Amino acid sequence: MLTFILKRLLIAIPVLLILIVGTFVLMYTAPGSPFATERGIPPAVLANLEAQYGLDQPFIVQIWRYIVGIVTEFDFGPSFIYRDQDVNDLIGQGFPVTLTYGVWSFLVAVLVGGTLGILAAVRHNTWLDYLAVGISIGAQVLPNFVLAPILVLVFTLWLGWLPGGGWQGGQWEYVILPVIALSTSFMASIARISRASMLEVLTSNFIRTARAKGLPMRRVIFRHALKPALLPVISYLGPAFVGMITGSVVIDIYFSTGGIGQFFVASALNRDYGVMMGITVLLGALTVLFNLVVDILYAWIDPKIRY
Amino acid sequence: MLATKAIADDLAGAAPIKGRSLWADARARFFRNKAAVAGLFVLVCVAAFALFGPLIATWNYEDIDWTVLGNVAEAGRPSLENGHWFGTDALGRDLFARTAQGTQVSLMVGIVGALISVIVGTFYGAVAGYFGGRIDGVMMRVVDVLMSIPYMFVLILLLVVFGRSMLMLFIGIGLVSWLDMARIARGQTLTLRNKEFVEAAVATGVGPFTIIRRHIVPNLLGVVIVYATLLVPSMIIYESFISFLGLGVQEPLTSWGALINDGAAEMNNGTLWMLLVPLFFFVITLFGFFFVGDGLRDALDPKDR
Repeated sequence: MLTFILKRLLIAIPVLLILIVGTFVLMYTAPGSPFATERGIPPAVLANLEAQYGLDQPFIVQIWRYIVGIVTEFDFGPSFIYRDQDVNDLIGQGFPVTLTYGVWSFLVAVLVGGTLGILAAVRHNTWLDYLAVGISIGAQVLPNFVLAPILVLVFTLWLGWLPGGGWQGGQWEYVILPVIALSTSFMASIARISRASMLEVLTSNFIRTARAKGLPMRRVIFRHALKPALLPVISYLGPAFVGMITGSVVIDIYFSTGGIGQFFVASALNRDYGVMMGITVLLGALTVLFNLVVDILYAWIDPKIRY
Repeated sequence: MLATKAIADDLAGAAPIKGRSLWADARARFFRNKAAVAGLFVLVCVAAFALFGPLIATWNYEDIDWTVLGNVAEAGRPSLENGHWFGTDALGRDLFARTAQGTQVSLMVGIVGALISVIVGTFYGAVAGYFGGRIDGVMMRVVDVLMSIPYMFVLILLLVVFGRSMLMLFIGIGLVSWLDMARIARGQTLTLRNKEFVEAAVATGVGPFTIIRRHIVPNLLGVVIVYATLLVPSMIIYESFISFLGLGVQEPLTSWGALINDGAAEMNNGTLWMLLVPLFFFVITLFGFFFVGDGLRDALDPKDR
């Protein structure tokens, strides 16, 4: 097991390096200086600014500094637009927010989706099953950026139950709509996947054996069927995580929650390369780490995987 | 003797028995599936709307109707009299024409994205799966690496760095869309590689790339087509997502995502049609593709039933 984890870690490091280098090259080749303004800037001032941010150094030196900064000090560099803040400040402001509704959405998607899928499979071809299938088909065509306006329309404008935006330090009224908007489509996918795999597991021989020796259905499901049925769900967690990170951009914009996504899009529109690069690298690193955890979890649960 | 002769004559007169190809079987199975046929019908209607909508619209998609401007909530309602069948947007532009134009963009992005994925992904996966061993390991590791990157951010990065354009959108979407396809094609190729007809081709001295082209890829087509149909909606969702953020196609061009975003922004002002019209087309098209995709899977992949 330990060698497996080490091997996976060794793969994760080059992935991160490729991500950093790729992002950096993209930014380096970007036309225009981040300091260029409409009126133009005197060459001497520009040279000074570039020297201050180290942009006058050769490419290799710049990228080396950037990587060393991230690895040794967790420093993602300065923002080129907000002169008094660096990327770490922005991330420090936005990340707790993103993390809060992100974790809730993830929990809701996995727990509700998994339960729904497994109940649907156990009660195959009953109203519960049809309901679950209906929900998951319906949610497929409602990605978060479509669901968010609909939710606001219904719960804020028509019913007036919940606020349509803001964060207020994460009070529960402000968290509910973002979590529903972000989690629904993933919940539906998880429900579909767990239903299909549970149905397959329930028809397999070892379940028939378990039932034949007289175990009650509850015990058969929890002790025997659940674990193998959840394997496909676990392998979906990685992509779901990536999707949720991406979706958080929509949530931040739509509900003005003030998470990282807001800074990302703002920096994209401002051409604030430092912030864009920092957020891309940070989220990429998170994704790689999460995939690592999922891989380890999978190997731990699935006895067929040799490591 | 006479009887046998009569039978022989009968047989000679009868139409020659026509073999049913696998494709004909699949077609029959597909058309028996009501949801899939309904989905196909919806898609044909949406495509017709995208193609002919701009021709029958009474307004151009970029012209502002000055008579409704300033009073969009009242004068810009959907009505038959002033020619704004779907109403106007917040700037007084005809929503029918804009939706038709947005439908063109969204469908095109979806189809181009799926095409890139079919061409690149199938070939990549087939090569990796056919050669196997170290080549396979390296090629699939590359796919793994690319998959674990939050590509939406990279795509936004691309759009910001190189400027927003249709071409950049296609490149960005094409860059990531083939990854899943490559994995699927590889998995299928691994099983095909050991089939007798491949062995026969190898024995008669056919080169590896000819085998991939002539024997592997045609056998992958069923799975590839199914997956491509399911990929079109996700490409449409990506594009809409980007447009929703305001980073997609440039005004006055539009797409479903941009229209939905515009409509959502005006939700408070009693002009709900601006949100509901593009949303309707978005939702029915995605449903259409999902049902057609499911129908194709049932039709082309009999072992999955």
